[in-house]
Amino acid sequence: MIRDLTAKLASIAIMMFARALTAARAIWHETGLPPKQSIYFANHSSHGDFVLIWAVLPPWLRERTRPVAGAEYWLKSKLSAFIGRDVFDAVLIERDPEARTQDPVEQMTTVLNDGSSLILFPEGTRNQTEARMLPFKSGLYHLACKRPDVALVPVWINNLNRVMPKGEFVPIPLICTVTFGEPMRLKAQETKDEFIARAEAALLALSPSSTEDNA
Amino acid sequence: MSTASLDMLKLLLGVGGILVLASSVGYVLKRKLSPDGSNGAIENLNARIKAWWAMVILIAIAFVAGRVGVLLLFAFCSFAALREFITLINTRRGDHWAIAAAFFVVLPINYFLLWAEQYGIYSIFVPVYAFLLMPIVAVMRGDTRDFLLRISEVQWALMICVFCASHVPALLTLQIPGYEGRNVLLIAFLVIVVQSSDVLQYVWGKLFGKTKIAPTLSPSKTVEGFVGGVASATLIGASLWWITPFTPMQAALMSLIITLMGFFGGLVMSAIKRDRGVKDWGHLIEGHGGLIDRLDSVVFSAPIFFHLTRYWWSLT
Repeated sequence: MIRDLTAKLASIAIMMFARALTAARAIWHETGLPPKQSIYFANHSSHGDFVLIWAVLPPWLRERTRPVAGAEYWLKSKLSAFIGRDVFDAVLIERDPEARTQDPVEQMTTVLNDGSSLILFPEGTRNQTEARMLPFKSGLYHLACKRPDVALVPVWINNLNRVMPKGEFVPIPLICTVTFGEPMRLKAQETKDEFIARAEAALLALSPSSTEDNA
Repeated sequence: MSTASLDMLKLLLGVGGILVLASSVGYVLKRKLSPDGSNGAIENLNARIKAWWAMVILIAIAFVAGRVGVLLLFAFCSFAALREFITLINTRRGDHWAIAAAFFVVLPINYFLLWAEQYGIYSIFVPVYAFLLMPIVAVMRGDTRDFLLRISEVQWALMICVFCASHVPALLTLQIPGYEGRNVLLIAFLVIVVQSSDVLQYVWGKLFGKTKIAPTLSPSKTVEGFVGGVASATLIGASLWWITPFTPMQAALMSLIITLMGFFGGLVMSAIKRDRGVKDWGHLIEGHGGLIDRLDSVVFSAPIFFHLTRYWWSLT
């Protein structure tokens, strides 16, 4: 009970902090808000990425949206486990295929079957390179095969990597935008490589053009 | 009730009356020309009027809260403006500490010094201390690429968004004989003259605007809007002489200077937007764009207004 309340308050505090820092603003696709149940897949450059997506989603969409995150990172300490599990209600997956005890795609499918939405970062890890995006892992495809009926929504998070670059511990306030693309689905007979390439292109298309980009 | 609060009440009623009129006109225009919300210009006009209500109410609350309220309001404006500005400039990893210091050290100290009424240090804190210390913080990181460009941009952001903007609440520190306890009315005078100039330039421009005044900088600004707006805002300023320490003639001259500075300030800030390839500084104020879009003219006129008043009227 107290744990739940603390978690609720912590989530509100974290979201208010993220808003104060970034004035985060959603840019919706012309077709309107995403469907109630969606798999949001986004570029990943900061630990704050899913907080920002969460912060811009309207409450009725946010309510049942759970981020997918690496178990080994979030279970490192009691505090991060509390934030990961209780505050964000994250679906914690084991990333190392050798050591894993549960299949991540199974875990995510179970959550989708409960009616929840997912936020996932198909690059698998934070992008700290000069490239705009890392190649996608195949999880998104396997998930789309299991639940082809659920819409996949590309989401580009802009500028958050400048707010807190790797190795810094003081964030700087900068305006961030979260751009939602057109919901997509796995096509009949689409191969894994074709689908992944299409998903990558859909996400990259939402990033600001290189002329506007601040190097 | 003190005469200052009574005058403030009269001003608020006046501004409130104008907003009621504006909202009614906006409503009629919407009913006639854009019942389904398809006329962009009318929708934008109504969004602007709505945002004006919010801004006037916010400023009124700050005035009622007194000196601390006004300082907090402008400290927030500086924060939001600096956030918009830094978002648009070239920064590299090596600037991280300098920028963090701008937000979390320089900005709070600047406003603290105003609160403590330490005018001597306040007036040189950003132009001297921050000016010299910020590049030192940046150079520690050893990244020389675009160094001059990067430190200049952060300096400029601080001067505009923090130092110049804070000259509005700095009006509270002036000591003008016979004007004790009424300084907040100087802020009201400045803000009303600058903003009515902006609004009237827009209105005159929409009604009679033909000749573009600075096509490469701001396609919406016209000679007709400029002349009509500046002239009518100067008249408004002159008619408000009773809330200032000025005579009607002096109030008119001050208003003329304020509106001209505001106009050219708007052009300068437009040039920066064009250079960065954006239409607005941000999206903080519905219908207006970012905070800097609304604040640009105030930022350029406030320090000049402050120093003219200080030089000729103030004891400090």
